[in-house]
Amino acid sequence: MSRTLQAPVTVAFDYTRSVGPVLGRFFTGLQERRIVGARLSDGRVVAPPPEFDPVTHAPTTDFVDLGDTGTVTSWTWVSEPVAGQPFDRPFAFALVTPEGATEPMLHALDVASPEEVATGLRVRARWAEEPKGGITDLVCWEPAASGPDAPRSGAADRAVGGTEDAGVTGIVTPVSLDYTYAASPEESSFFRALAEGRIIGQRCPACGKVYVPPRPACPVDGVPTEEEVELSDTGTVTTFCVVNVPFLGQRITPPYVSAYVLLDGADIAIQHLILDIPAEEVRMGLRVRAVWKPRAEWGTTIENISHFAPTGEPDADYETYQHHL
Amino acid sequence: MAKIPAAVIGVGQTHYRAKREDVSMAGLCREAMDRALEDAGLGLDEVDAIVVGKAPDLFEGVMMPELYLAEALGAAGKPLLRVHTAGSVGGSTAIVAASLVQAGVHRKVLTVSFEKQSESNAMWALSVPVPFVMPVHAGAGGYFAPHVRSYIRRSGAPTHIGAMVAAKDRTNALRNPYAHLREEKTVEQVLSSTMLWDPIRYDETCPSSDGACALVIASDDVAQGSADPAWIHGTVMRSEPTTAAERDQVNPQAGRDAAAALWKQAGITDPAAEIDAAEIYVPFSWFEPMWLENLGFADEGEGWRLTEAGETGIDGRIPVNCSGGVLSSNPIGASGMIRFGEAALQVRGAAGDHQVDGVRRALGHAYGGGSQFFSMWVLGVDRPAN
Repeated sequence: MSRTLQAPVTVAFDYTRSVGPVLGRFFTGLQERRIVGARLSDGRVVAPPPEFDPVTHAPTTDFVDLGDTGTVTSWTWVSEPVAGQPFDRPFAFALVTPEGATEPMLHALDVASPEEVATGLRVRARWAEEPKGGITDLVCWEPAASGPDAPRSGAADRAVGGTEDAGVTGIVTPVSLDYTYAASPEESSFFRALAEGRIIGQRCPACGKVYVPPRPACPVDGVPTEEEVELSDTGTVTTFCVVNVPFLGQRITPPYVSAYVLLDGADIAIQHLILDIPAEEVRMGLRVRAVWKPRAEWGTTIENISHFAPTGEPDADYETYQHHL
Repeated sequence: MAKIPAAVIGVGQTHYRAKREDVSMAGLCREAMDRALEDAGLGLDEVDAIVVGKAPDLFEGVMMPELYLAEALGAAGKPLLRVHTAGSVGGSTAIVAASLVQAGVHRKVLTVSFEKQSESNAMWALSVPVPFVMPVHAGAGGYFAPHVRSYIRRSGAPTHIGAMVAAKDRTNALRNPYAHLREEKTVEQVLSSTMLWDPIRYDETCPSSDGACALVIASDDVAQGSADPAWIHGTVMRSEPTTAAERDQVNPQAGRDAAAALWKQAGITDPAAEIDAAEIYVPFSWFEPMWLENLGFADEGEGWRLTEAGETGIDGRIPVNCSGGVLSSNPIGASGMIRFGEAALQVRGAAGDHQVDGVRRALGHAYGGGSQFFSMWVLGVDRPAN
C-alpha cells in the first residue's frame, strides 16, 4: 500500500483577457484576414505589435498592414502533438517573417513531414473560415506553392459585427491544470482511519499539543509528531460563520454553518458543517457529535462525517475553548 | 550596518474600477508607472531596477507575469524581480524595492503591483476543493468571518462597530478620485445590507477591483533633490504558519512582532500619538479594530473603542484609511502598495481632498494569506538620522 493517498484534481477556468488598444488592433486585423504589425522607433517592423516601443517605451502607434505571405526563418518539428496545440497530427512550429515585416513571428506551419520544411521556405497564411477573434483566426502557415487556394485576404465584405468600431477588445484563455494530489503520509493515515470510523491525531513530543489531522511535523517545534492519539467524535464549536453567499465551484448549497470544531482530546480545531440545528441557534461553545454517513458510503475522506450535530449537553465553558479563538 | 536613507519620490495610481476592459495588464501597469515617474520627474530609462508584485497566480491565471510583462514595463536590460506574499504582496513588493535602495544596490527603483480581478474569479480561486477535505471553504470572507466572530466575543465589542468602519471608509472614498466605490454610506445602511458570511455583511466587504499602483523609491542623494520626499523611517515583514495549535488569528504573533520592530526602527514609542495618518489593510470592516490592537494603537480588546469614538475618522486622533481603504478599492495584488503609497501621499501633503492636516509620519500596512504575512512601513517628512 502506498504511504500516500492520491486523487486526481482538475483546476480549470476560462480567464478573460482585455487585450488593450494595440493588441486589439492586431486581433481585429486577424478577424479581417490582415496581419497588423507596427513600425518601431528603431525602424523594425514587428507583428504582433508590442504594446509599448521597446526603445522609447511610448505606446505603439505606427501600424502597418503586412502581407499574408512570408518566409520561414527557423522551425522545429512537433512529432507528438499534445492537447491544445494547433494540430493533432505532427506539424512544425515556425518563425515566419511576413512580407513587409523585418522580424519573424511564431505560429504553426502545416506540412506533413520535416522534409517539407526548410529555412527560406515561402509560406502563406491559412485563414479560419469563421473568425472568432483570436490568434487562431490565423489557423497556420502553409507552403505558398502547394495546396488548394484558401480564402485570401481582402475579404472585406464579410461582416465583422457590421460596424466600424466593433474591434476585438478581449479574448478568452481557458486554463486547465490536471494533477495528482497526494496527501502526506500522516494525513493519509488519518483519512484511512476515517474509513474505519476512527479519528486519529498525533501528539508533538516537544509541546505536547495534539494535532488533527496529524502532519509531518509540529508547525511550532518543527519535530515529527509520531505518537498517535485516538480522538473522540464529540467536540465543541469554537467559532464559525454562516455562509449565505453562492459562488462558482461551491459544493454545499448555502446557507450553511462552517464551523471550527475542537474535538475532545485535540489541541487544534477542524473545519466542518453544523446541521440539525437552525443556523441562528449555532453558538460558540455548542457541544456537537459527528454524524457519520452510512458505513457503505465510507471512503478515505473526512466526508464520511456528514456533519456535526448538537449533543444536547450544556454548552462548554468559555475557558475551555478561549485559547482557540 | 547602517542603511542608506531612502524616500518615496513618486506615486502613481490608476483609477480603480470593477472592470478596466480598455487596457491589458501591461497597459494597466504602465498607467500607474507613468504617473509615478511623472510625479518623480524621471523617465523610465533613468530607473535602475523594477520590482513587480501581484496576487497568487490562480487569481488571474498568469504564471510568471514578470516574464510576460518585462518589455512593456521597460525592464529589458535591467534587474526585474517579482515578489509573492499573497494579499500583503503590494506592501512586501514596496519593501523589497526600498531595501534595494537602502542597501546601496540601486539609486532609483520603480515598483509596481497590479490586479485585474475582472479577468478571473478570486472567490473560486480561493475555494478550489482539496481531495479528502471537507469542502466548507468559501473564499476570503468565509475564511475570516469566524475570526471576526472570535474578535467580537473576545473584545465584547458592540456589533455595530464593523458597520461604523464601513460607513467611514466608504464615505472617505468620496474624497478620493481614484477610489472604486464612491458612495456615501450610513451605519444604518451598512447594517441593513445582506449578511454574506455571518457576521460579515455585504457593505462590510471589499469590492473586486481592477487597478495598479506604482512607487518610485530613491536613495539619499536623489531624494534630496526632490521637492517633497517621503522618507522611509522603518520597514518590516513577518510571517507565521497558517495553522498551529492555539494560533491566535485575531491578534497574530507575526503582526504584533512586526509592529513592535517597526516602531523601534522608526523611533516611535507611542504610535497613537506619533503616527498622524494610517493606511491599514482592512478588507473586512472588523479588521480596523483588530489591527489597531495588533499594531499597538490600542490595548488588546480596546481597538473598537477608538473606532466607536470617531478617533479613526479623518479629523480623529488616528485617521485610518482616509483614502477609503481596501473597503473602497481592492485590486488585491496592488492593495498593499496602495496603502504604502497613500501613506507617502499623506506625508508629502499630496493626498488632495483626503489629506490629513499636518502629517509628519504615516503608516502603510498590509497583510495576507490566513493573516500570516505582514508588511508595514513608516514614512516621515524628516530625513532619517540614519
